[in-house]
Amino acid sequence: MRKEYETVIGLEVHVELATKTKIFCSCSTEFGGEPNTHTCPVCTGMPGALPVLNKQVVEYAAAVGLATHCTITQVHKFDRKNYFYPDNPQNYQISQLYLPICRDGYVEIELSGENDQKPEGNPGTENTARTENTSGAENNSGAENISGTEIDRAMRKKIGIHEIHMEEDAGKLVHDDWSDCSFVDYNRSGVPLIEIVSEPDMRSAEEVIAYLEKLRMIIQYLGASDCKLNEGSMRADVNISVREVGAEEFGTRTEMKNLNSFKAIARAIEAERERQIDLIEAGEAVIQETRRWDDEKEYSYAMRSKEDAKDYRYFPEPDLVPVVISDEWLQKIKDSLPEFQTEKLSRYLKEYEIPLYDAKIITGHKKLADIFEAASELCKKPKKVSNWLMVETMRLLKEEEMDPEDLTFSPKNLAGLIELTEKGIINSTVAKEVFEKIFHQDVDPEQYVEEHGLKMVTDDGVLLQTIEKILQENPKSVEDYRKGKEKAIGYLVGQTMKAMRGKADPAKVSQILKEKL
Amino acid sequence: MVENRITDETMEYVGILAKLKLSQEEKEQAKKDMEKILDYIDKLNELDTDGVEPMSHAFDLHNVFREDRVENENQRDQMLSNAPEEKNGSFVVPKTVES
Amino acid sequence: MNLLSLTAVELGKKIHSKEVSVREAVEACCEQIEAVEPEIHSYVTTDREAALKKAEEIQKKIDQGELNGPLAGVPAAIKDNLCTKGWKTTCSSKILENFIPTYTAEAVGRLEEAGAVLLGKTNMDEFAMGSTTETSYFGVTKNPWNTKHVPGGSSGGSCAAVAAEECFYALGSDTGGSIRQPSSFCGVTGIKPTYGTVSRYGLIAYGSSLDQIGPVAKDVTDAAAILEVIASYDKKDSTSIRRRDTDFTSALKAEGKGLKIGIPKSYFGEGIETEVKTSVLHAAEVLKQQGAEVEEFDLGLVEYAIPAYYVIASAEASSNLARFDGVKYGYRTPDYEGLHDMYKKTRSEGFGAEVKRRIMLGSFVLSSGYYDAYYLKALRTKALIKQAFDEAFKTYDVILAPAAPTTAPKLGSSLNDPLKMYLGDIYTISANLAGLPGICVPCGKDKNGLPIGVQMLGNCFEEKKILQAAYTYEQTRTRERCDLAKKRDTAYGTEQKTIGEGAGR
Repeated sequence: MRKEYETVIGLEVHVELATKTKIFCSCSTEFGGEPNTHTCPVCTGMPGALPVLNKQVVEYAAAVGLATHCTITQVHKFDRKNYFYPDNPQNYQISQLYLPICRDGYVEIELSGENDQKPEGNPGTENTARTENTSGAENNSGAENISGTEIDRAMRKKIGIHEIHMEEDAGKLVHDDWSDCSFVDYNRSGVPLIEIVSEPDMRSAEEVIAYLEKLRMIIQYLGASDCKLNEGSMRADVNISVREVGAEEFGTRTEMKNLNSFKAIARAIEAERERQIDLIEAGEAVIQETRRWDDEKEYSYAMRSKEDAKDYRYFPEPDLVPVVISDEWLQKIKDSLPEFQTEKLSRYLKEYEIPLYDAKIITGHKKLADIFEAASELCKKPKKVSNWLMVETMRLLKEEEMDPEDLTFSPKNLAGLIELTEKGIINSTVAKEVFEKIFHQDVDPEQYVEEHGLKMVTDDGVLLQTIEKILQENPKSVEDYRKGKEKAIGYLVGQTMKAMRGKADPAKVSQILKEKL
Repeated sequence: MVENRITDETMEYVGILAKLKLSQEEKEQAKKDMEKILDYIDKLNELDTDGVEPMSHAFDLHNVFREDRVENENQRDQMLSNAPEEKNGSFVVPKTVES
Repeated sequence: MNLLSLTAVELGKKIHSKEVSVREAVEACCEQIEAVEPEIHSYVTTDREAALKKAEEIQKKIDQGELNGPLAGVPAAIKDNLCTKGWKTTCSSKILENFIPTYTAEAVGRLEEAGAVLLGKTNMDEFAMGSTTETSYFGVTKNPWNTKHVPGGSSGGSCAAVAAEECFYALGSDTGGSIRQPSSFCGVTGIKPTYGTVSRYGLIAYGSSLDQIGPVAKDVTDAAAILEVIASYDKKDSTSIRRRDTDFTSALKAEGKGLKIGIPKSYFGEGIETEVKTSVLHAAEVLKQQGAEVEEFDLGLVEYAIPAYYVIASAEASSNLARFDGVKYGYRTPDYEGLHDMYKKTRSEGFGAEVKRRIMLGSFVLSSGYYDAYYLKALRTKALIKQAFDEAFKTYDVILAPAAPTTAPKLGSSLNDPLKMYLGDIYTISANLAGLPGICVPCGKDKNGLPIGVQMLGNCFEEKKILQAAYTYEQTRTRERCDLAKKRDTAYGTEQKTIGEGAGR
């Protein structure tokens, strides 16, 4: 019989920072662009070129560290990581090994509670991970913990952050199917990254995804990155091992790469867990290696090359000088941290009087919160705004498989739409139609309604005429209603609305019909 | 003093790290040179450096930054002007296959 | 008067006063290059046309009063590890044989702004790794004083070109003595400035934490004037230092009084040639006569500098030279199977033996399991060496020493024993580890007529003190020119008239 196993997971998350320029040169970080059009001697590794650090990178990295309860290394340095690969123009990557900018932090994740929590291993080996369902008391940055027991009954767990360091991204390799060649584009070479290395504190895909979502939310709140997994501005490498429940030692871990969505991450974790358990059950050893996930085939393979020894020969980067973050500078970064979800949530509950559930969802995404606040400010109808975000926006996001961060419509147009419905200029059916246009093309609702003749018909004459016509055309329904079949009125309202091309107030239609009958 | 003995495996390994392929003759010579130089370098072990902070920069220079401002324009043609092989604005390399 | 015998500053004055035209100066150099290059081989690249064209441009600017610095119009040579836009920059390596940078090194750019006319790029040890200029892919450079001997290295081409009067001055680079040692061997004046004084932007790195660019000149005045031009803060080099005291020519005072000079006893022990020792100590004696206080002292840790240096320099080099891989520029092997084969063949065919040796050593000392024992140990030793100098400079303004234990060795006598070659760097290497400035000026010749140089080291940022000491010493001597430079003096006899006439144009 198969023994019981637990999965031990740690994450290395790379996040591309939202700076205008690269980390060591003043080339643009703009996405896209013809190959090698955002390059210079520094980011193509020309001989004699030298790196100069972008100050904004330090500030973003420190802000992420503060928001994740890290200790900021006030004197930190860069190191060279040496390895040959064509996407790495100098054949070394400037990174931080010995003195990374942030260390020893955590983020707190919320779990639904009823989920199968694998029993923890020997508590002696667990330093940082602990599951608790009390409200967090030590809340220093505001990025964590919803206080007040009423607000939150979910299980909480702290995921330790081992370190955060700054480094440069590599270029892009495009493989040519028709020849034995690859093409190298250095536009991404030198784009600033932070790598957030977690402790091996996660035990399930659910925890991993909760952790990633939390990280993403924090970083988006900071404006330090847009964190898009599908575009590669957030990338997660997953370290996985399994061990028998109760075992003290960690098992041998593998590192899984090429995970481009939460779904892929969940599938890869499940598959790798099974693969490792199968090996162990068969009496074979798990080999410490890097594996690449193929999400289409739902399978991973080892990335092995006898031409590469994983020996990066790190040493202090002689072309850069140490960074010293003074107390004053650190304080300035602290002071500039934005309002995080916790604070926002309690403010929303007080200021806007929207339901807790809605407030949690909206504050869970910086983008939604931004739209919410701006639109509410414009139309002074926060409950309506919240409604549009919670119902129609969510529905369309799901349909389009988009993230809230991908939203492009302006709060002004949502506010305008709400005003149109409030004034009774359009009815709710038309409003939904207009909202779809706003969602996709950010149209001006007033103009759109005008141009497409979608205003409600307020002229009773036209409406009465239409109703007369409908009654004549549908004698059976009229009869049914008169016989007491209340439902028949619904059909007649529908027909009238259809004839009016939706531009009537259905309540009013219903009322007139009843009178007529 | 224990003499440094560099094995063939070590030479092979360093060759992989440094991306150098030495002929047998070169390898023998390099091995001998390296042993000799390392023996000499071992002289450092006579020196008590306990508690000494490793010094990578001779001076205490710090916080040299750039402002986050785009200054470079498209200079692709210059960047590619020395490329051994180039196509459609990209550097061309032998296919990099992962597996 | 012979034009080529002038120093750079002397020539600059004559150009300024219209006694000599820039074109005449450039042509004189080009003719000298043509005449002596077959014997010396100081240059890897020359471009007469470009130089003459530049001469016209500069002349115009001088005539219009736009350029009036001391070096305006003076022809110069540049070591071939400094990038020059549009000029091949090879580091004397096959791997960069056809590399034409699209940017100019900051130091070279500063010279051009001051009105320098570039004549060409000078030969060097491949990637500056060597002490003889024999590791160049393009063949050895010979010592103008005796062509059976090496010029020293790695800036051997720059020093030989200045000594052979193929240019009025040159730029070199110094990672472990590469300016001072060949200056000593070629009887010219060279300065390695305080680390960070001259921008390294555009200098093809060997050991980044040790490399400094500096002048190679005919005398101390020239060297100070050149350094004054190239020393500047550069935001493109993060290790560049903002200095306000770069008016180096103000230190050119013949005044020994007030200078306290220390002579490290351990530098004059085993391994030093008697003639070198005598000559260098005599220079100290002269400075004493000029009013300086001179005394011997114990400088510690001397024997640890070389091993620490070779660990640090090789480690940095192994990483700095990783970028030469046949992908972006430079040589790519014609036949290969796949990426890694391309890398290995390109690099194995593109680099010479000494470069490969140091890359291997550097990769080894950084590799897993050895980093602490070698690299960190070397960085700790470096810290101790710096402390020893800090201590010495509490007492002394200048440390006076030889630049090399011997005069220039015979061609081909050094390469077969790399370790022996490394040991020759003993007097120069510490200055690079500690970031100190050093100057080397001629102080005599051995019985074979080969020059001997005296080195003066100062505390960080105290170039002025060593300049003053060197200048004071230099004033007691007459500048010597090598026979090869003098050989064509008669040929210029007829030209002398033209020069005189040219002044009226």
